[in-house]
Amino acid sequence: MSHFSPTAAVNYFFNYFLMKGVLVTIGLTVAAVIGGLILGMGIALMRMSSNPVLSGASRFYVWFFRGTPLLIQLVVIYSGLPQLGIKFSVITCALVGLILNEAAYLAEIVRSGFMAVSAGQREAAWALSLSPWVTFRRVTLPQAFRLMIPPLGNSINSLLKATSLASVISVEELMRRSDMLMQEHFQILEVYAAATAYYLILTSVWDAVQRRLEKHFGRSNAPKTRRAVTTPSVAQASVEARA
Amino acid sequence: MSEMSMKTAMDSGVEGAMAQPQLGDVPAVRMEAVYKHYGDFTALNEIDLKVAKGEKIVVCGPSGSGKSTLIRCINHIEKHDEGLIYVNGVELDRQRKNIDAIRRDTGMVFQSFNLFPHMTVLENCILAPMTVSGMTQAEAKDLAMHFLTKVRIPEQADKYPGQLSGGQQQRVAIARALCMRPKIMLFDEPTSALDPEMVKEVLETMKKLAEEGMTMLCVTHEMGFAREVADRIVFMNEGKVVEQAAPEEFFKHPKSERARTFLDQIIH
Repeated sequence: MSHFSPTAAVNYFFNYFLMKGVLVTIGLTVAAVIGGLILGMGIALMRMSSNPVLSGASRFYVWFFRGTPLLIQLVVIYSGLPQLGIKFSVITCALVGLILNEAAYLAEIVRSGFMAVSAGQREAAWALSLSPWVTFRRVTLPQAFRLMIPPLGNSINSLLKATSLASVISVEELMRRSDMLMQEHFQILEVYAAATAYYLILTSVWDAVQRRLEKHFGRSNAPKTRRAVTTPSVAQASVEARA
Repeated sequence: MSEMSMKTAMDSGVEGAMAQPQLGDVPAVRMEAVYKHYGDFTALNEIDLKVAKGEKIVVCGPSGSGKSTLIRCINHIEKHDEGLIYVNGVELDRQRKNIDAIRRDTGMVFQSFNLFPHMTVLENCILAPMTVSGMTQAEAKDLAMHFLTKVRIPEQADKYPGQLSGGQQQRVAIARALCMRPKIMLFDEPTSALDPEMVKEVLETMKKLAEEGMTMLCVTHEMGFAREVADRIVFMNEGKVVEQAAPEEFFKHPKSERARTFLDQIIH
């Protein structure tokens, strides 16, 4: 067997067993993004709060989860915690690990997005006596979100591939199922070619989604019909630089 | 805490007793011994200022003299450290409801416009009327179109701020503030970020507002505007009000040496 069989690779690509692994990978990614965003938003808000305990706790969280490998986090949650009597199902372990880890990265992205919204926007909201909730929901969040999309896209792309680490704790996602097929048939290149193709398809689909999002949320920055010189960003930046 | 609430109770008692029968005499803005510090720097140094209803004040002075800080303290965008500020008889203390009441009474126009870039012109104008004043969308739109017409850009209602010139953006900002039906308008260097040829359209809009009797406090270097519109010029230097006078008086016979050198430098 000293050759590569394209037919076998194509067959693996359409293998039902492998396809179900792809679905698990997608599910893990989507759930981790949603969970990570919610948790990350909370951690970012804590970090931006003036309360030193909250911001300190948030800083510690980010430091801890960004400073240790996801692989260790997953293994500790899966094999370590049962030692303390804390036991989750395999899929829960994977989700908890992925969400905790992703939240640390997303928190920093959320925070940088909010910090990039100019102080003048908040001042204008105050001057109009908008409530804190309306200011957040209608003024700062939409602007921060637009700035968050590119780094968010990167992070989600990484996350999609990081779900393969869950194979180590026996979650039967794409990577794990590829391993299983490979061990059964020993067609290493063929199996991984199929898996590689799936990862590329998934990341490409995400790229397309991200481009749509950028376009949607960037609509107010559509090509100027006139007076390109006085875009608010440029005008405001120069004013703020002077102030 | 108890001292604070006692003080407030006393003040409101005094205000209530004295101000009620002669509401017309309550000044639009009253500042008494107001101080503001940034670390070691004293931005406002014992400011006493009274602005009558309908009065138009131009605040001028060299940069760093505290002009912007002064008007930004009036609607609590900056927090003053000491002294008393009353806006239409409401004390600007740390109470949320007083701050909100004062902010509803005042509109502010900023040097950098501060329009919400992700909303259309119309959306910028209707956000506060809908969420703060509780108007329906239709009512808010009517109101917004009324003021956009007044600042002469109703045709730009569906554009985004980024598609407008600086002068147009600033006029939208004025309309947006007017949609909250403020009693006092604060202008913080409204023309300083504009290209020269757009300054005029914004000043014209402000003049029109002045003619309608709006109480206005404007920080500006536009001395032509000051001469024409202001009832009084407040000249500041190093956090202090150095002199106050009618424009005629101020430009012809500035009392202080500092005002004289300032006027020499800006009037060519």
